[in-house]
Amino acid sequence: MPRTRRKNRSADSARPAWMEKPSRLGITGKAIVVTLICAATIYPFLTVISTSLSDSTDIANANGLVLFPLHPTFAAYETIFSGGIVTAALVRSMLITVIGTLCSLAATVGMAYGLSRRDLAFGRFILLTALFTMLFTPGIIPSFLMVKQLGLLGSYAALVLPTLISAFNLVVVRSFFMGLPQELFEAARIDGAGDFRILVKIVLPLSKGVLAVVGLFYAVAYWNAFFNAMLYLNSDMWPLSMILRQYVLLGSPLDTASVGEISAPSQAIQMAVVVISVIPILLVYPFLQKYFTKGVLTGAVKG
Amino acid sequence: MSSYSEPFVQSTTTQGDGAAGAQPVRPASKARRRAARIESVPAHRKRSLWQRIKRDRVMLLLIAPGFLYFVVFHWLPLPGNIVAFEDYQPYLGFIDSAWVGFDNFVKIFADPTFWQALRNTLVITGLQLVLFFPIPIVLALLLNSIMSNRIRKFVQSVVYLPHFLGWVIIVSIFGQVLGATGVVPHLMQAMGMQPFEAMTTPWFFPFLVSIQSAWKDAGWGTIIFLAALMNIDQELYEAAAVDGAGPWQRMKTITIPGIMPVIILLLILNLGSILSVGFEQIVLQRDNVGAGAGEVLDTWVYYHGIQNGQWGPAAAVGLVKGVVGLALVLGANKVAHLFGQEGVYSSGK
Repeated sequence: MPRTRRKNRSADSARPAWMEKPSRLGITGKAIVVTLICAATIYPFLTVISTSLSDSTDIANANGLVLFPLHPTFAAYETIFSGGIVTAALVRSMLITVIGTLCSLAATVGMAYGLSRRDLAFGRFILLTALFTMLFTPGIIPSFLMVKQLGLLGSYAALVLPTLISAFNLVVVRSFFMGLPQELFEAARIDGAGDFRILVKIVLPLSKGVLAVVGLFYAVAYWNAFFNAMLYLNSDMWPLSMILRQYVLLGSPLDTASVGEISAPSQAIQMAVVVISVIPILLVYPFLQKYFTKGVLTGAVKG
Repeated sequence: MSSYSEPFVQSTTTQGDGAAGAQPVRPASKARRRAARIESVPAHRKRSLWQRIKRDRVMLLLIAPGFLYFVVFHWLPLPGNIVAFEDYQPYLGFIDSAWVGFDNFVKIFADPTFWQALRNTLVITGLQLVLFFPIPIVLALLLNSIMSNRIRKFVQSVVYLPHFLGWVIIVSIFGQVLGATGVVPHLMQAMGMQPFEAMTTPWFFPFLVSIQSAWKDAGWGTIIFLAALMNIDQELYEAAAVDGAGPWQRMKTITIPGIMPVIILLLILNLGSILSVGFEQIVLQRDNVGAGAGEVLDTWVYYHGIQNGQWGPAAAVGLVKGVVGLALVLGANKVAHLFGQEGVYSSGK
């Protein structure tokens, strides 16, 4: 790492002229610490993926340190997908995530756009109604009874409606809308555009970045959620996260009836379920992270 | 369509010195007559509520679903806490269940498992505050000191990643690394130590939970500190360097005071949530170590209420936790004000 750093100093480094040249010892120490931190983050992913691809002798010989599968095999994945349970849960999770995210985004954008008008009728009252919910929760029991009262038990709506909007995301989107140049809106109004048309034609196209971040926040939350499913759904409706809990954490065996022919070590099968749960997150992450490192989010939050 | 020009009129007539005579130059439109009528209202007088409702009707319609959500799922369940004062029977409902006053509270305060859960909660949150609150700060300082943009962005991308994994995934991964067949027990054995079951040892549980939280969120937690670091005036550093201050001295006199408000803010938030540990994280692992070490307030509520049907006592615990938690947030915020810091919800931010 120090070498790359020296080589790129002219183009890449942000070290101002007045700052003293870092000592060789300092750079080496920093490089070691940074490398260790990255390794501690990446290693668990690596070992999970490798284990899922290993056969039983590899796992037994590795002494827990499965870094690379010596005899890579997709047996674990074949086992999982030959049965119905994991595949069905995967499809369910994807549908819940996509539909839930669309609903959440629509509700959040509508509310944030309305609240972005400074002298909105009832604006302050509505805003405080939403913001105060950051300070308290009604409690598990009253929330459960409310969902039950609404007749949502055993319905997929119970996974989406109780977590439809996060007040934090609402604030982020609203701050962004308020930061847009007001002249644009005024110009559109002169041309006769209504509030809804301004939202669709002007505001939304300008907000792709923040909508991507907030939308992916929602998507990740829906993908990972398991507690609402545990509370409200029967086991034949479980999303992937609950299947993961059942088979990996509680160690329920995947019997042949549910997954088909078992031809892989159970540890590999378990890790394969983990990998399947992680992959969607890894796929969207590269699109997400460029917004974080650019600081889009912090700007919005602070505003 | 005609009413849509009103906000435009509003914004121009109330801007600046508020002089009513400042007529905007506008092209002729269908809205003109109507707009002219509104402009004739003196600018210093606010438009009536009814006028604003009429103008904002599209906005209010867009807000409606979200507003409904907050009311139905955050405000309406609040009266449901009345269960805490009842011998609640689901088939009888709120109204017909017997009123028992403070019996449920008496019952839980006499229940050793409640005190155990409270103690476990405080041990876990306390440990996280002492051991793991500083990690994101140190990590942010480290990241900030990496001069190469490319390396810094790479490291940021890596350390933010675990934040997006759900607890089921994280606990599974930890089981793989720390569990009986994982690398850590093997390493300990290789070094001649007695390997121990990190996932199932009761006394280790608070540490396990804290390590998991740190792995998940230490990187993510740096974002707010990095933002604070960026807000420090860079010329201060230059001036200090010219005056002969070394790197450590600059950190002590510029960097640390510069991010102190953020540190205090987050400390307040953490103190306010001292009764809340990650519920999903604990509920997944409670049975590994047993209720003695793994029960926290939230899981107590879940297991006693929803699992065992003791609705009254469970709601009572939830209510105590909610009220004390709210008081802690407000109290901590007050304390921060006394120390001259901006609180969580001050200055209309």
